[in-house]
Amino acid sequence: MSRMIEGRRRAILAILLGPVTLFLGVFFLGPLLIMLIYSWLEPGLYGGVEWNFYHHNFGRILGWADGEIEEFDVVYIEIFFRSVRLALTTVGVSLLVCYPAAFWISRLEERWKNLFIFLITLPFFVSLIVRLFAWVLILRPTGFFNQVLLGLGVISEPINLIFTPTAVVIGMVYIMIPFMFLPIYASIEKLQSSLLEASADLGGNRLQTFRRVILPLTLPGIIGGSIIVFIPSLGNFVVPSLLGGAKVVMIGNLVEHQFLYARNWPFGAALSMVIMAVVLFFLMIYVRMMMRDDAAVSAQTRG
Amino acid sequence: MHDSDAGPKARFLEIREASKRFVTPEGGAVNALDALSISVRGNEFITLLGPSGCGKTTLLRAVSGFEDLDSGSIVIDGHDMVRVPAHKRPVNTVFQSYALFPHLSIGDNVGYSLDVAGVARAERNTRVGQTLEMVGLSGMERRRPRQLSGGQQQRVALARAIINRPKLLLLDEPLSALDKNLRQSMQLELKTLQNELGISFVFVTHDQEEALTMSDRVAVLDEGRIQQMGDPTEIYDRPSNIFVARFIGESNIFHGHVVRANGGRAEIETGAGPNLTLVGVNLQTGMQTSVVIRPEWFQLSADEVRDGGEGRSSISGRLRQAVFVGTDFRVILELADGSEIKATIRDQRRDRVAALRSGDTVELWYPHSGPHVIPQETSA
Repeated sequence: MSRMIEGRRRAILAILLGPVTLFLGVFFLGPLLIMLIYSWLEPGLYGGVEWNFYHHNFGRILGWADGEIEEFDVVYIEIFFRSVRLALTTVGVSLLVCYPAAFWISRLEERWKNLFIFLITLPFFVSLIVRLFAWVLILRPTGFFNQVLLGLGVISEPINLIFTPTAVVIGMVYIMIPFMFLPIYASIEKLQSSLLEASADLGGNRLQTFRRVILPLTLPGIIGGSIIVFIPSLGNFVVPSLLGGAKVVMIGNLVEHQFLYARNWPFGAALSMVIMAVVLFFLMIYVRMMMRDDAAVSAQTRG
Repeated sequence: MHDSDAGPKARFLEIREASKRFVTPEGGAVNALDALSISVRGNEFITLLGPSGCGKTTLLRAVSGFEDLDSGSIVIDGHDMVRVPAHKRPVNTVFQSYALFPHLSIGDNVGYSLDVAGVARAERNTRVGQTLEMVGLSGMERRRPRQLSGGQQQRVALARAIINRPKLLLLDEPLSALDKNLRQSMQLELKTLQNELGISFVFVTHDQEEALTMSDRVAVLDEGRIQQMGDPTEIYDRPSNIFVARFIGESNIFHGHVVRANGGRAEIETGAGPNLTLVGVNLQTGMQTSVVIRPEWFQLSADEVRDGGEGRSSISGRLRQAVFVGTDFRVILELADGSEIKATIRDQRRDRVAALRSGDTVELWYPHSGPHVIPQETSA
C-alpha cells in the first residue's frame, strides 16, 4: 500500500521535474562538459581542436604559455583582474543606488510602490542593444551629457566619457539595477517597522538602528543581489564592446573574441572555466556562511 | 538601583489636551485623540481600555515618541517630551507583536538597550542574567527568539523593556496573543513585577477583564476621549455614561423619565414594565434618565435581596432562557415591551432555576439602593 503511494509520488515527481531536467541536461550540462573537455585540448591550426591533452590554455591565462612561441605575458591575467574589479565596482555602485531607493519605495503607499517597481523593471521591455546605444548618444563628446554641461558653463570643452572604464561601469550599473533592486527590495519589504521602533524605544539612534537591526536583517537581500549582479557582470561583453570600445577589453570580450574571431575554442573554453571557477568560489563562501549560521541555531535548539 | 524617592508622585506622567487627527483613505478625518488629558501617578498600574480605534494605541505611541501630537503636551517626571525623539525618552515599550530582533540571541535582545548605551560587557552580562531570572528565563541567553514559545517570547519582550529600569513601562496589548490560561497567569505576574520594580505601568488593552484584574486605575477611552477614569470597582459599579456601562461588563440599561421624586427617592417610568424605584439618588420630577442594573444585582426572590432596609421591588417578564454556566445561571427575561433583561442568578440548590421553563413568568428582585443612575448625558 505504502509502496504503491511511494511509487505514485515518484511518478508525479518525475513528470513534474522531467522537462526541466531534460532541458538543462541537454542544453546546459552537455555544452558545459564539451567546454570542460575542450579547455584541456590543443587548438587546431585553422580552428577546431587536436585531440591531444594540452594544459597550456590555462598556463597562458596565468602568463606562461607553451614557452616556444610565446613569452611570459601578464596581459590575460591583467584583463582577468580588471574584469573582477569592474564586476565588484558594478556590484558596489548598484548597491549604493538601489539600497536607499528600495528603502524609500518600501515606505510608500501600495499603489505608488507598484508604480515604482514597474518603473524599475521598465527597461526590460526595450532591447538591451537599443538601450546601450542610447547611452552612447548620451555620453559621446557631442552627446546630451556634454551639451548640458557645456550649456551650463560647467565645462569649457567636452569631457571624454565614451570608451572609458567609467562609461563601462555606468552602463553595467544601468543594466544591473533591476537585478540588485528586487532582492534588496524583497528583504526590506519584509523588515517589520515594529523592529525599528523597538530599537529606538530601547535607546538606539538612527545609526545604531541601521547597523544593529536594519543591515543584518536585510543582509540576505544584499548578498543575494550582489551575487546575481556579480555573476553576469564578470562575463559581460556587450557593455564593454559598446561603451568601452576597443580600449577597454574585459574577460567577456576576450572569450567572445577567442570563439568568434580567433577561432581558438580551447583557449576561450579555458577562460570560461576560470570565470566559472571564480563565481563558484564566491558562491561557496556564501553557502558556507549560510550553513554555519543555520547549524549554530540548530545546535542551540538541541542543547 | 531603586530610586529613594520612588514614593507615589501625584503627576508622574501628565498628558494635557492631546489631539491627533488622522486622514482616512476616503479623505475624511478621524480624531484619534480629542483634547485628551490624563495623569498617571508614580508606581501606578494604569490601564487604557477601549474598543479598537478608540485612540488608546495612538496615545501610547505618542508617549513612546512614535507618533507626533497635533497639539497638546506630554510631561514625564517634570520633563516636556514633545520635542524629545523616541530613543531619548525614559520609557520602554512591550510591543503587541513583541518585536524581538530575530537575528539576535535572547541575551542580545535583552541586552540591546545596554549595548547601544555602551555599558561594559561584564556589567551588561550580569544584568541580562538577573533580568532573565526575574522573568523566569534563566540560562536562555544563547537561544534565538524563534526557538521560544509565545509565552517565553512575551517574557523576553518584558525583560528587554525593563532591564534599563525605565521610569515608565508601556505595554501595548502584550497578552493578546497568548492562550487564556497563560494570559491569566501573566496578568498576576505583571502586577507582581510592577510592585517589585516600583515603576508606573501604562497598559493598553481591549479586554475588560484584564483591565479590571490588574489595574490600580482604569481609563476607559472611546472616540479619542476619556469616558471615565477610576479604580476598577468604581468603573464597574458607577459607570459615568452609557458607553462605559455597555463596554464594561454586562448591563441592563433602562431609559425613562422621573415621575415622582422626593428626599432622594425616585420613581422612574420606563415603559418596560412597572416603574423602577430608587433611593439615594438626586433626581427631579420630569427628568430624562438612564438606569443601569447589572445582571448579578438581581435575585429570584424578595428575601434574598439585601436592601439595607431601603426596600426592594421586582420586574417581571416571560422567561426566554435559563442556562447553567458553571457557578451561575444566566437568565434572560422578555419584558412587556419586548425588550430583554439579563440576570445572573447564583442558586445554591440549583433546583429552583432548573425547574423553570421558558415562557414561565418570572420575577427578578432588586434593592432600591442598587441601580445606578447615569448622570445626565451631555452628548448622545
